[in-house]
Amino acid sequence: MMAHKKRLGMEVSIAVSHAVQLARAEAIAAYPITPQTHIVEHLSSLVANGELDAEFVTVESEHSAMSASIGAAATGVRTYTATSSQGLALMNEILFIASAMRLPIVMTVANRALSGPLSIWNDHGDIMAARDIGWIQIFVENGQEAFDHSIMAFKIAEDHRVLMPTAVNLDGFILSHVVEAHELMDQETVDGFLPPLVPYHKLDPAKPVTMGAFAMPELYTECKMGHQVALTNSYGPILEVWREWGELTGRHYKPVETHRTEGAKVVLLIMGSLAEVAETAVDTMRDQGIPVGLVKLRLWRPFPFADLRQALAGAELVIVCDRALSLGGAAGPVQAEVRSAMYPLAKKPHILGYAVGLGGRDVQPEVFEELVQLAQAEVKKGPSEEFHIYGVRG
Amino acid sequence: MEKFGFAESTKFDTYASRMMPREEFFTSGHRSCQGCGEALAVRWACKAIGKDAIIAHATGCMEIVSSAMPQTAWMHPWIHVAFENTSAVASGIEAALKVLERKGRLKGPMPKVVAMGGDGGTSDIGLQSLSGALERGTNFTYICWDNEAYMNTGIQRSSSTPFGAMTTTSPPGKLSFGQHTWKKDMVAIAVAHGIPYVATASPGYLFDLYFKVKKAVETPGPAYIHVLSVCPTGWRSATDLTVRLARLATETAVFPLFEVVDGRYRLTVQPPKIRPVRDYLKPQGRFRHLRDPEVEFIQKQTTDRYQLLLEKCQASCAEFVPVHVPEGI
Repeated sequence: MMAHKKRLGMEVSIAVSHAVQLARAEAIAAYPITPQTHIVEHLSSLVANGELDAEFVTVESEHSAMSASIGAAATGVRTYTATSSQGLALMNEILFIASAMRLPIVMTVANRALSGPLSIWNDHGDIMAARDIGWIQIFVENGQEAFDHSIMAFKIAEDHRVLMPTAVNLDGFILSHVVEAHELMDQETVDGFLPPLVPYHKLDPAKPVTMGAFAMPELYTECKMGHQVALTNSYGPILEVWREWGELTGRHYKPVETHRTEGAKVVLLIMGSLAEVAETAVDTMRDQGIPVGLVKLRLWRPFPFADLRQALAGAELVIVCDRALSLGGAAGPVQAEVRSAMYPLAKKPHILGYAVGLGGRDVQPEVFEELVQLAQAEVKKGPSEEFHIYGVRG
Repeated sequence: MEKFGFAESTKFDTYASRMMPREEFFTSGHRSCQGCGEALAVRWACKAIGKDAIIAHATGCMEIVSSAMPQTAWMHPWIHVAFENTSAVASGIEAALKVLERKGRLKGPMPKVVAMGGDGGTSDIGLQSLSGALERGTNFTYICWDNEAYMNTGIQRSSSTPFGAMTTTSPPGKLSFGQHTWKKDMVAIAVAHGIPYVATASPGYLFDLYFKVKKAVETPGPAYIHVLSVCPTGWRSATDLTVRLARLATETAVFPLFEVVDGRYRLTVQPPKIRPVRDYLKPQGRFRHLRDPEVEFIQKQTTDRYQLLLEKCQASCAEFVPVHVPEGI
């Protein structure tokens, strides 16, 4: 079925809140933080106008936003929140508890740099600091993907084989505040795709349960193993949901996407909206006869090891463009992960890393062309630092 | 938003011990210390809350002694998330219940939402989320189990630790007589939010506690109850003196029992004669190091504060103008 071909121009934040409306979210708890604000502002007005039958809890902090989301999800309603940067950092403690309690909360993270110095602009420092929260984590590239994944995230999270909170990452400002053309859906189609929430367990006087009991050393490891297994096993259901969406809309998604990687000796690897800029650069370089391809990582947790190894199979040089830092460490977060994934292989490529676009620094297509030259020169030179912050002035 | 108001207090005025519910919601087998006044208060509060309720509990003594996986002492649907966010968790539960009721998915009566936490989880680290939930008019009851220090982590001082008390982080020494600040007035903070029901309660006066909790959960809008929870372990008192100490706290006016209904104060337990604070301080090891000047200071503060409370009870007008939000807005 390939219905709904009409495309509508709107701000990506509005498209995301429209997706949340179509998903019939029932409880929303959020606190204002730039650049997530437009999403919750719009949801707030949808609730105020009776266009979305939900409770909007205007909490006094992000810590409470995630706490209230846990309370609502534990009581058995479809729960949504959105945040950015310092807000995500303030939530940090509670993010781990949401996933350990296996509550299917969906959260949009409009990615923004972390202080200090204070910066409201885009990079992935916020979500990388929350990398190990045990959630399903997805990165989107454009407005359409943001819309699609905001609906699919509910279906994934609420699947009884999954039961895991899910974060949809979209680049702050670069995506959240731009107007793009979106192919929207009607309510009937979304209802057909996304059935009402069936809670696996809930707080109900008719059948009382204790949630959030503490574990002694005899049980803690087993609890963590259960979490690890559940998160790893969510891979299958995630792909099922994406496949079903592809059949419904004609828009197909994979954990690792590739662009012109056939015969590519050099592969650029990136997550988020800069992938579209990198595509332009790759096309230009290909036209010049440089064998460059692009790999885009969509699914960050659970990490798609097999897909990544397959996508990088022919590459001799992989250039990972990190959007965040692991200060004092060996690499950027994505580079470190890619290296770990490739290390056990007998034939592995050089894996170099460059941090680009930190705190909203603009990244033009020429940057990627320069990165390819820099990386090739570095490989020729022999052993190096293998990780650089690109474009530092002065 | 729910309409603020208050339950009819006359509804609960008759009592006899045989009329109290026999059903237990906080069961035996938990791991609280011998003589724990808090466990006693929790048990009776849960009876007052009744079956149809959901409880959110903060990290702390009561959470740790009652919910060691895979066991639980709670017969209510019960959730623990973290230390400082119980009121926010309760806000989420309340929001979800409203949705379920509106959409016809709620089977049975609307459950009461109750949040509980210790004095640290209430007056220190949890103050922000509590204030948020009270200010938003959340239809829930918050009960603070005040044992006057961080007992669970090893008796460290909190803002609720009384003046002069010895704790592991307010130790008396050559330059110190112990806790040097006056106990934070959580009740006044709760009243300042303009909520319809605020009360103090004590395990030394179980009927009073029982009816206050009942009143609180039946009050539409936020309600706050502050329960003095005698802690033999932290207070360095004999375990068989728990109820005696709870009563002495009220008899000496250190912890008067009163309620504030829509901003109007009312003393619910009137000791015929106020005893000297020394009677309350003496059986407790945490005050053993105090000398006469400190005890006299405590006596003066206590007398003055009690006088202020009595004057509030006689006040010609309420502490605030209750906000009655018309339904449907």
